[in-house]
Amino acid sequence: MRTKTFSGGIHPPEFKELTEHLPLEVMPPTKQVAVPLSQSLGKPAKALVKKGSEVRTGTLLAEPDGFISAPIHSPVTGKVVSIAREVSCNGYLQDVVVIQPAADQETDFFPPLDPRAATTAQLLERVQAAGIVGQGGAAFPTFVKLSPPKEKNVDSLVINACECEPYLTRDYRLMLERAADLLEGARIIMRILGVQKCLIGVEDNKPDAIHKLREIAGTGGIEIVPLKTKYPQGGEKMLIKALLDREVPPGKLPLDVGTIVQNVGTAIAVHDAVVTGEPAITAVLTVSGKGIRNPRNLVVPIGTAVRDVIEFCGGIHDNAVRIVVGGPMMGASQHTTKTPVVKATSGILVLTEEEINKAAETACLKCGRCVSLCALNLLPGRLARLSRLGRFEEAERLSITACMECGTCAYECPAHIPLVQWIRLGKQAVLRMQRARN
Amino acid sequence: MANELLETQTMTRLELTTSPHLHNNWSTSRAMWLVSAALLPCTAAALIIFGWEQIGILLASIVSAAATEAVIQKLRRLPVTLDDGSAVLTGWLLALTLPPGFSLVSTAIGAIVAVGIGKHVFGGLGYNIFNPALVGRAFLQAAFPVAMTTWKSPNFVDTITSATPLGGLKFDATASALGPMFLGNTGGSLGETSALALLIGGVFLIAVGIVNWRIPVAMGSGVLIFGTAVWLMDTQVYPSPVYHLLGGGFLLGALFMATDWVSSPVTGRGMWIFGLGIALVVVVIRVFGGLPEGMMYAILIMNAFVPMIDRYTRPKVFGAAA
Repeated sequence: MRTKTFSGGIHPPEFKELTEHLPLEVMPPTKQVAVPLSQSLGKPAKALVKKGSEVRTGTLLAEPDGFISAPIHSPVTGKVVSIAREVSCNGYLQDVVVIQPAADQETDFFPPLDPRAATTAQLLERVQAAGIVGQGGAAFPTFVKLSPPKEKNVDSLVINACECEPYLTRDYRLMLERAADLLEGARIIMRILGVQKCLIGVEDNKPDAIHKLREIAGTGGIEIVPLKTKYPQGGEKMLIKALLDREVPPGKLPLDVGTIVQNVGTAIAVHDAVVTGEPAITAVLTVSGKGIRNPRNLVVPIGTAVRDVIEFCGGIHDNAVRIVVGGPMMGASQHTTKTPVVKATSGILVLTEEEINKAAETACLKCGRCVSLCALNLLPGRLARLSRLGRFEEAERLSITACMECGTCAYECPAHIPLVQWIRLGKQAVLRMQRARN
Repeated sequence: MANELLETQTMTRLELTTSPHLHNNWSTSRAMWLVSAALLPCTAAALIIFGWEQIGILLASIVSAAATEAVIQKLRRLPVTLDDGSAVLTGWLLALTLPPGFSLVSTAIGAIVAVGIGKHVFGGLGYNIFNPALVGRAFLQAAFPVAMTTWKSPNFVDTITSATPLGGLKFDATASALGPMFLGNTGGSLGETSALALLIGGVFLIAVGIVNWRIPVAMGSGVLIFGTAVWLMDTQVYPSPVYHLLGGGFLLGALFMATDWVSSPVTGRGMWIFGLGIALVVVVIRVFGGLPEGMMYAILIMNAFVPMIDRYTRPKVFGAAA
């Protein structure tokens, strides 16, 4: 049988050899953490602490504001120094709770739950109270995803273990080191959703992770499915296509085709929240790139500044030119290293000219690479041109809003045209247009 | 390293851009030079078959094409982009479509038309509708019809001039043997005679990912289908489909001209339609037209349909209703 996958996509150099052999290390708290109140999609949380408040590791710092919002807990034991404004890794100014860690660290976790004895309502409530957000990129509050409307018929859970972004190896390390917790987390989510089937999609460049998971998966309805290594397989729509052969229509969600996708890190966070009572207070991330002295896989307290993480990894080489939070294909470059790590941070990359491979832009040669590689069957070259010319109505008709901004087109363009960058711009304009219309 | 140091160090030189932060090792010039490299086997074959002195045509064409590009870019106040290799490639391709012994002055005129009218009138690199080299050749065909159809004999044949395999068939009802046609020991344009050399270059381009296999495969299967249909009508009068495949400029066109990125469709289905269309037109011209060969016109005609083909072969957006 052929290894499952989706059509289109690319296979960029993986660069995973820099960190894949390195076990996860826990990074101790630095002399100050700045915990953002907005770490997920939706409204920022409302602060419950003020200057001078004493907090322990796990203490609730801020409560959710509305349905799509997630609570924030303290990653350290210490004293709140201030509520300040800091730039997020996406470039927005946001409120942060600045905490100075004390010498003695104490935990203030939830009471552990028995995942089998607890009711599904209790489990779901714990996922919400623990502030778990999706680790796959969009940082959607997990409990919202796990509370699908009743009319949606969800029959399966998909665990996204592709880790298709180059460099990143944190999901891989989690699978090797915490395989049992991952499976238990998946079982808890299956209970919450009331589904009997769970597919864990792992790309075939991680054979030992596939082997390890299969060894202990048992017969509880969890199946580990190897997928042909290809970017952007970690995109929800591509993964669902590869595993279930279902296509999520443009503008629709996975639950519209009867499934829900959770990332490896999210499932483990669910396990931790239920079994040990630990809320979401750490980010598991890969620090890599040819510009960092000592690449590592780390467990970092949220709120730790990017520069502290970089320093913990020995600092940067002189030829470093770009610092990226997230993966190299979809992550955000940083203009300052003061930005704090958040729950969904998957990597910090320090890149050099050699890896980035810049070149002067030329005219489009209509080679058609972007068209044949686009996993969503869009016309990237055309959409980028329409965006550049400000012809947004035409771009809208050609489904510009369906673009997931995976960057495949820009990576491949021989003319070095910033295709996805123009499309991103056009997409925002079209979305604004649509909002104005309604 | 102190935090402050890291901060000052990075603040001053960190690049702020949007994702993706990686790019593969492709560039426009790399593609152009790889295509040029793929022309080496058939160019070498041309010089062996028709004599080393034919290098004059190549040089005249390439130099004129490059000079035209530079002059026009200067006049248009654009950066001169000879290093992207596209003008050299246009000149090179044009030379390979010309008859051995063709006048160097006429060659230069053809190259000037190719780059000037074929490419820059439409807006320069990436904007031309038609294959520039073929625009140059079409001009020469119209301007110097006799010179363009006077065929020097290959070095390994004992006559001064000789018919091309297609011409011989059309006007004298004599078919050439397929063996020499495969190796290239027949009359014809400089770069078109050796099927072997063209295939080596073409397979290389498909392997490195420059040429999309769909266009040559569509053209090849199209010619076999349409050629067979005609052949079956009267096997005594009409050439076998393999004769179409090896004769004239078919392989040069299928591998190096029709596959020109700019003037061919971008969608997979479009490439099939485009290739089959060229095959149909070329068989019709060769069998029913007044000319023995129709490759150039077939490609130029289908070039004109490319915007329409692209428009009607848009792939269905992932997940959208059919």
